[in-house]
Amino acid sequence: MMRISTAQVWVHDQDEALAFYTEKLGMEVRADVTLPEMGNFRWLTVGPPGQEDVSIVLMAIPGEPVLNPETAGEIRNLMAKGFAGTVFLTTDDCRASYEQLRARGVEFTEEPEERPYGIDAGFRDPSGNSFRLTQVRQMAPA
Amino acid sequence: MAVAKTTHVPPARHLLRAKDLADAHYAEPLGVDDLARAAGLSKAHFSREFRRAFGESPHGYLLTRRLERAAALLRTTDRSVADVCFSVGLTSVGSFTSSFTRTYGLSPTAYRARFPPARAHAVVPGCVVRAYGRPQRSTFREDSRPAPD
Repeated sequence: MMRISTAQVWVHDQDEALAFYTEKLGMEVRADVTLPEMGNFRWLTVGPPGQEDVSIVLMAIPGEPVLNPETAGEIRNLMAKGFAGTVFLTTDDCRASYEQLRARGVEFTEEPEERPYGIDAGFRDPSGNSFRLTQVRQMAPA
Repeated sequence: MAVAKTTHVPPARHLLRAKDLADAHYAEPLGVDDLARAAGLSKAHFSREFRRAFGESPHGYLLTRRLERAAALLRTTDRSVADVCFSVGLTSVGSFTSSFTRTYGLSPTAYRARFPPARAHAVVPGCVVRAYGRPQRSTFREDSRPAPD
């Protein structure tokens, strides 16, 4: 049976991203390997403790010979505009998580707000990737 | 008779808070003192109650959490043993090596050697593999850039 294992986000700097995802978001390193024969390609994945079978790969934008400067530039453009991708996180207590992350210096684009589906906030990682932080409302059966 | 001002919370709840702290923040410079403080107990009392509730001393629990994470990092990353040590909140590479060897029966280096190299975990995207698999010099002189895949 196929399962989702790893989702990818582009990052400008893998060390900076690693520090953010582990120290500020509380995730753990799952894999961190550098392959010298592939232009020092670094496979770097992180994930939340308690969700061992799911991870996020923090992918550096490759240069030549993988991507030409034009394509790499297109990716950077999308990231700069905030359209490179979104990670959707859930939490038991959005307001508590918000306070905790803010105290660690995370930049929020949206403070916790009531929505039909629950309480939702938004923030960015250092590369500009969007994050939604949602406390999902328990739906009572009709 | 005076009425208690606070609701009585079962003591195990405070111990669980300390245990959760160890589970979540083991990578930071955390010690049994910090855990005892989180439980609101004196260190001696805390150690005794923790062991009674969870079957293990708080020092043992915290160290085991760190060593298990260290073992995972040795298997899945190419970081040096020293780096792994610091990544799990420990400060002395010598102590780490001794504790690890005592717990796993193998030194960190020997333990790592028992598994496939960490690079076996690297899921290299196809475009990267193909780009580095191409001959360095293009044989088609009419186009200066490599032919699209």
